[in-house]
Amino acid sequence: MNASLPAENQRLSRAVLRIDVTDHAGVMSHVVGLFSRRACNVEAILCLPAGDGRHSRIWLQVEDNPRLPAMIRQVEKLIDVQSVARCDAGIFERLSGLAAG
Amino acid sequence: MNETLTGAQITVRLLERQGIRTVAGIPGGAILPIYDALGQSTAIRHVLARHEQGAGFMAQGMARATGETAVCLASSGPGATNLLTAIADAKLDSIPLVAITGQVPQAMIGTDAFQEVDTYGLSIPITKHNFLVSSAEELLEVIPRAFAIAASGRPGPVLVDIPKDVQTQAIEIAGWPEPGKAAPTPAAEPASIAAAAAMIDAAERPILYLGGGVVHSGAAPLAVDLAEKAGLPTVMTLMALGAMPVDHPLSLGMLGMHGARHTNLALDECDLLIAVGARFDDRATGKVAAFCPQAKIIHIDIDPAELDKIKAAHVGIVADVGQALAELLPAVATRARPAWTARIAALQAAFPPALPGCDDPRSHFGLIRAVAACLDRDAVVATDVGQHQMWVAQAYPLRRPRQWLTSGGLGTMGFGVPAAIGAALAEPDRTVVCFTGDGSILMNIQELATAAEESVNLKIVLMDNASLGLVHQQQTLFYGERLFASQFRRTPDFVAVARGFGISAVDLDQAANPCAALIDAISRPGPCLIHASIDVEQKVYPMVPPGAANRDMIGA
Ligand SMILES: Cc1ncc(C[n+]2csc(CCOP(=O)(O)OP(=O)(O)O)c2C)c(N)n1
Ligand SMILES: [Mg+2]
Repeated sequence: MNASLPAENQRLSRAVLRIDVTDHAGVMSHVVGLFSRRACNVEAILCLPAGDGRHSRIWLQVEDNPRLPAMIRQVEKLIDVQSVARCDAGIFERLSGLAAG
Repeated sequence: MNETLTGAQITVRLLERQGIRTVAGIPGGAILPIYDALGQSTAIRHVLARHEQGAGFMAQGMARATGETAVCLASSGPGATNLLTAIADAKLDSIPLVAITGQVPQAMIGTDAFQEVDTYGLSIPITKHNFLVSSAEELLEVIPRAFAIAASGRPGPVLVDIPKDVQTQAIEIAGWPEPGKAAPTPAAEPASIAAAAAMIDAAERPILYLGGGVVHSGAAPLAVDLAEKAGLPTVMTLMALGAMPVDHPLSLGMLGMHGARHTNLALDECDLLIAVGARFDDRATGKVAAFCPQAKIIHIDIDPAELDKIKAAHVGIVADVGQALAELLPAVATRARPAWTARIAALQAAFPPALPGCDDPRSHFGLIRAVAACLDRDAVVATDVGQHQMWVAQAYPLRRPRQWLTSGGLGTMGFGVPAAIGAALAEPDRTVVCFTGDGSILMNIQELATAAEESVNLKIVLMDNASLGLVHQQQTLFYGERLFASQFRRTPDFVAVARGFGISAVDLDQAANPCAALIDAISRPGPCLIHASIDVEQKVYPMVPPGAANRDMIGA
């Protein structure tokens, strides 16, 4: 899809999820794939090592739609996922300058 | 004393420690170290399939018949891709499976090496979990975990991809991990159990709706006890058939697309639906908005993601269904429901289940009944996918959980013969019968060679309508009778084919007395193919047309 107009952009509501996972090579594709396979566009991703280095924290910005709660329940079932929480969009707002440059 | 073992030997030893006694598979370059170690095992019997999909379905047959996690093996590349359909099938029907695949050496991963395929990536969406093992050491953790994950909670398939260099890497073993087993399940909330019991006691027209989860958790006897105590007419999904004997007075048989009309009409009138280990699949519910429109819903399932997925529950209970039923049973009042029972009897009288021709062994229903008459409740009944599958679901008197093996969620043609072989391998004292179609059997016909080699006690009943019958039916009913690509212009001589594979065969079409020929074929031990022609114009009726409400069934 072409870049949407700013006004249109406003109307689409978004959700940011914070997902704590055990870190290994396949975990990103498990988590991100779960959304993309359900035709849910992942608009922003951030992943950082957490704590002891065996864990990571992933932030995903996805389209908020009525199917999101069901998708979150599926994410919670992934073996490598410890927890999923909704959080505010602040983290990606702070990073938005990176894409502009 | 420490032992030095290779990754391959460790893998085999861990399988032995899991209690695995039979595995099915096909070797190839990337899994040869494991096969070499397997060849040295005295505890594990390897059954050589003729196609990896066959091996996958054999493992499924073992798991479905016994409830225990079963194992299949394949090499990298085409071996692994051939397994995928059987794994996906296990995922949709929640069957515990551990699939072990060989992979090219780690140094070659990502180089388009010979027989390299991204098995890990391919299997993500069709497994409960998967592993790409990176060291022999890791096997000690991964293999038991794979078994624990496959069997815990809602069961499912787990794939373990093992690069060849991991199989050949030798390490010193100081001690062995405990075998992986199902994790204890969380208990149901007492308040929810109490709320559910109160709703059951208060209901006037309740129906108990059993799904495959009841079979998986071994909860069928408890479900029957609950139905009897609380006076609950009971419907079953395709996956749950056998959970309550069909001839139990409270059994309304299968619901949904090809359920009996009175069953779907009773659901239409119920004021409480108690869903146990069922997932409101579209083949069961028809148009969801019109499914049990007046009912409150109690939904009990081990998988939290199933609650509120299709229908919002008034009381949702996340628990092992066996545990939840055990708690619910003492909490409900003993009740007969004369008005509701009378209403259901009236529906049954108004719409008696129609099994036309069930006394004629040359008709589809008659053949199924004649086969059933040769067997008892100890028999295992497998099917392939198509009209024959639905007719068997409608007409075979299933009376025991795990008696019935069918591909429900994925509906995979080719499931029947190898799954039946697996069941026969796992339970050699039982007679296994597989109802198949002329289309389906060809999708895994090569496993007749395995059946002959292993001399399994398997009777294959081939219902031959020289067509892809279910497709033929859909085209006839919903595509203006434009039959296209659903009739075979040339068909094999299946009796000769079976004999060519080395298994005995009988053609009921030629038999002067088909019942006598059936009894003779079924009572002889070993594998046998029983061929019977079926009229291609026969339909699976009644039927809920695609997208329609269950109350609006057509036919019979
Ligand atoms: C692997 C696979 N391919 C295609 C289908 C679609 N399909 C469903 S039933 C059917 C026909 C089955 O024919 P047959 O085994 O002869 O059974 P019948 O309906 O004639 O009893 C087909 C093609 C399927 N279920 N599975
Ligand atoms: Mg056919």
